[in-house]
Amino acid sequence: MNADNRRLDLILAGAVLCLLVLPWYKIRSGFFGFGWIGDMLARPDLWPGAFQAAAGRWQLWPVLLLVAAVAGLRLTAPSGAARGRWLVRLGVLGLAWLVVEGLSVGTRGWNWGLLERLLGEVAGQPAFGAGAVMLGLFFACLISFGAAERGALKGDAFVLTAIVLLILLVAVFVFYPILSIFTGAFQDFDGSFTAQGVRRNIGDPKIWSLSCLTGGGPCGVAWRTLFLALCTASATTVLGLAFALVATRTRFPFKRGLRLLTVLPIITPPFVVGLALTMLLGRSGTLTQLIEAATGLELGRWLYGLTGIWLAQVLSFTPIAFLVLIGVVEGVSPAMEEASQTLRAGRWRTFRKVSLPLMAPGLANAFLIGFIESMADFGNPLVLGGSGGVLSTEIFFSVVGAQNDPSRAAVLAAVLLFFTLSAFLAQRLWLSGRSFATVGGKGDGGRHALLPARVAAPVIGLVALWSLFTVIVYAMILFGGFVKLWGLDHTLTLDHYIRAFGISLDGGLRWTGVAWNSFWTTMTIALIAAPLTAGVGLLTGWLIARQRFPGKAAFEFALMMSFAIPGTVIGISYIMAFNLPPIQMTGTALILVACFVFRNMPVGVRGGVAAMAQLDTSLDEASLTLGANSGRTLRRVILPLLRPAILAALVYSFVRAITSISAVIFLVSAKYNMATAYIVGLVENGQYGVAIAYSSVLIVVMVAVIGIFQLLVGERRLRRPAASEAAA
Amino acid sequence: MTSERGAVEFRAVRKNYGGFTAVPHLDLKIAPGQLVTLLGPSGCGKTTTLRMLAGLETPSAGAILIGGQDVTRLPANRRDVTMVFQSYALFPHMSVIDNIAYGLESGGMKPAASRLAAGQGLELVGLSGLGDRLPSELSGGQQQRVAVARALVLEPQVLLLDEPLSNLDARLRRRVRTEIRELQQRLGFTAVYVTHDQDEALAVSDRIVVMKDGRIAQDGTPRELYEAPASEFIADFIGEANVVDCEVLGLAEDQALVVVGGARLTLPSRGIRPGPARLAVRPNAFRVEPGNGEEGDGGLEGRVASAAYQGDRIEYEIDGPAGRLFVIDGRSSVPLGVGSPVRLQFRGGGVALIA
Ligand SMILES: Nc1ncnc2c1ncn2[C@@H]1O[C@H](COP(=O)(O)OP(=O)(O)O)[C@@H](O)[C@H]1O
Ligand SMILES: [Mg+2]
Repeated sequence: MNADNRRLDLILAGAVLCLLVLPWYKIRSGFFGFGWIGDMLARPDLWPGAFQAAAGRWQLWPVLLLVAAVAGLRLTAPSGAARGRWLVRLGVLGLAWLVVEGLSVGTRGWNWGLLERLLGEVAGQPAFGAGAVMLGLFFACLISFGAAERGALKGDAFVLTAIVLLILLVAVFVFYPILSIFTGAFQDFDGSFTAQGVRRNIGDPKIWSLSCLTGGGPCGVAWRTLFLALCTASATTVLGLAFALVATRTRFPFKRGLRLLTVLPIITPPFVVGLALTMLLGRSGTLTQLIEAATGLELGRWLYGLTGIWLAQVLSFTPIAFLVLIGVVEGVSPAMEEASQTLRAGRWRTFRKVSLPLMAPGLANAFLIGFIESMADFGNPLVLGGSGGVLSTEIFFSVVGAQNDPSRAAVLAAVLLFFTLSAFLAQRLWLSGRSFATVGGKGDGGRHALLPARVAAPVIGLVALWSLFTVIVYAMILFGGFVKLWGLDHTLTLDHYIRAFGISLDGGLRWTGVAWNSFWTTMTIALIAAPLTAGVGLLTGWLIARQRFPGKAAFEFALMMSFAIPGTVIGISYIMAFNLPPIQMTGTALILVACFVFRNMPVGVRGGVAAMAQLDTSLDEASLTLGANSGRTLRRVILPLLRPAILAALVYSFVRAITSISAVIFLVSAKYNMATAYIVGLVENGQYGVAIAYSSVLIVVMVAVIGIFQLLVGERRLRRPAASEAAA
Repeated sequence: MTSERGAVEFRAVRKNYGGFTAVPHLDLKIAPGQLVTLLGPSGCGKTTTLRMLAGLETPSAGAILIGGQDVTRLPANRRDVTMVFQSYALFPHMSVIDNIAYGLESGGMKPAASRLAAGQGLELVGLSGLGDRLPSELSGGQQQRVAVARALVLEPQVLLLDEPLSNLDARLRRRVRTEIRELQQRLGFTAVYVTHDQDEALAVSDRIVVMKDGRIAQDGTPRELYEAPASEFIADFIGEANVVDCEVLGLAEDQALVVVGGARLTLPSRGIRPGPARLAVRPNAFRVEPGNGEEGDGGLEGRVASAAYQGDRIEYEIDGPAGRLFVIDGRSSVPLGVGSPVRLQFRGGGVALIA
């Protein structure tokens, strides 16, 4: 029996088993509780697909028919191109039917009045459950196995299946939600079509007004967000460049310390900086009190609004710009600068005429990244926004609380998406291929010229000042958790930590702290999401770097684009897409995991592609010619060599799952509350001390977990350590 | 013949990369147990041909047979061939012994058995005792031998080698190529060997297939290729050659009477008709004698344009009626002065009519 038949038999058996055993529909109490097993016979809504179909749910008949057709094909036709073509067709049909059937029949019958008039009434159905999901996977496998039998991609079923599943997952978890925002905008509460909400919101002066220019009141939120993003991007680019120049081209003594700064934004929950600023410069902030005492002025609430958000964003995102620009600044070949100097140009002229122009594309890139980050930022505006919010917070407030206007959220999300995607497209289309920075290889000796004195002095000054500010802000964060009442009563205390993380030992161990619940949820979900994210991301990176398949460029582009979708938009899109059948996940831990995986995956992809570029393809090919299939090649050869990339992807996705707030705040529930959402709640209640204490603990835990990951993944051993060589 | 273990056949194989045709049409049969070299300038499609045989590229048209079985659609890991890569492609994170055992374990062998077999493979290439090292701890030549052992322990029908010596220095290259040839003759496997170095090809091959622009330019034993090049391209590529105009006076059976300068030669006609023709003349086909400037019988007249002393031989460039000739004199040890007249006598051999 050949491999084609073997794997087909396997999934056929799986499909039949799922149809006979697994509940077709979603189980309210949760599938993994397994409480449903006992009630299965008694409750028709728990029945598997085959029984549902027998009981009169005719929308499942085509599914059974298709499975039967595949079985017939397996028994009558030999493996080969002809059967492959039919398998692909049946798989596509099956998936298409699941989509059509799932979208048209909702909990209360037809989702569209038109269908009801045409086809008569139908019984409502719950969301897809384990059985339906497995059958979906079955149909997806049919497509890839069929393609393999036709000889696509050298008949490599593993690679084909990976591609098909990835496309399916990205479609379900990235594009379907985004589409749902737009369909949601045009729907009434009962699901019928209406353009009223959109019409009301799209011309709303609260979004588009330009009256601040003429002095007649505040500008619309779209313009203010744009203005803020431009200011933040400019400031972070200038500061980032200053840091990069100081780190590479001056004799500044604390360069290592500067590099440490780049780690900060990764491990800092986004609103923490805003919080620290409040404690420093808010109405009763330390610095405010000092200044007011010294000058007698009344500073007031200047921090709450665009100015404060801007300050917090510049603090948060400058390290990111630094990270981007240090590569750019180092990438300018020293040979160019040396050439310029031998051509009688002084240091200033060299800097202005050679170095700076060579860095220009990199600067533009840093600017666009700052722009996108600022647009997407949710935590700082939430803490510091005061009365004047930005798009991301407006989206939030239009669905939670009194407003509850999905079409307003949809319109705002579309505007935000338009801004960030434009910036992303600009970055990809206009900047790509424009980078002059030529990373010097080994042959490219020479040293970077030092900055001319007239540039160096102000730059170092700026950097020193800003570093000091950053250090104070972070000191605030660590210190703030230990004082009684910030700004009023500075006696040292452990109260906040005890309140958050208290443990009681009488009557057995009890987690009495208020934070424990959300803390454990966060850790569990982050630990589940991190390996999944790294796995999916690196697998995708491997496919992109090593496999040729039609539509690859588009696939890669779409994936990368999903990185430019702000978290707020993702959050709102997930609750719009996954609140009702066919896919119902709101309120579960699964939706949080899915959100993290697909939001953070592009970073894993990028890391994977970059790391794979350094591995010679002949390694994979050698493994193949030695009889290993692509699965084994990936496991035994590629993965061990990718350890650094795996570690980076694991750490990144773990940390992002802990620190992110923008999407999470839409998706948490009473049962599954996340740390960041809980902390924001504390801030809203004015419990700054506990909030700060909790944040500090998070930061410390993240540092610790990064260390543990490092130990677990281990080193990539390509060379024996020097010590053992000496011993040998 | 082609159904025997180790036989290889390309049937009308074509390979396109997008719009570019790397190999337009290839028909080739390789007998079991032979070492066949694919030789040709860079970019002529040797690697492409080899990779199609390995299953790393799929032909755009045609069929490939190994041991009589059509493997055209069979993926690389299910073909009974192994390959030694130009870069060796040793897995840097595995020890030498793990590298060699890798293929055995992929085929389902138990770890203990595979390590035993891997140890024997290591012995085969004379590296026993280095099994626990990492590839980075071996010299270039040792890495190369590990790569060969890794490919050979699987006892493939065909061993493929893509420029296996190009990362070694000249001295080592000579030694390793002899070792590979000895192994091949001792174990009797079929080998397809890609190189752009004609010395290497002449030294190791049973048969050489010279390729140009994706096509087979000539195919034969090293001697056939050297002594009877089919074209100017081959003549120049396999050893150096001077191409000289001549006149075919007449044919007798398969011999042709040829006049070149003042010399008359009888050469295999190779299907060439009477009339103007061309000769490929090896640099060492002449005896170099001091001349008197006159057209004498049995030789070519000329003047020395340059002379380079090389120790065991003297290399001349000589201008004459036939143009500038490159000539090697391996007998005398005192070069003639630049400008002095010389007479070049054919020694017999090293001359062939070309199309
Ligand atoms: N993956 C590829 N895509 C496009 N063209 C290729 C590819 N591989 C090889 N070629 C082209 O095919 C021709 C033959 O290449 P190759 O077989 O590697 O030559 P050789 O090994 O003889 O130097 C070259 O012109 C090369 O540029
Ligand atoms: Mg090549």
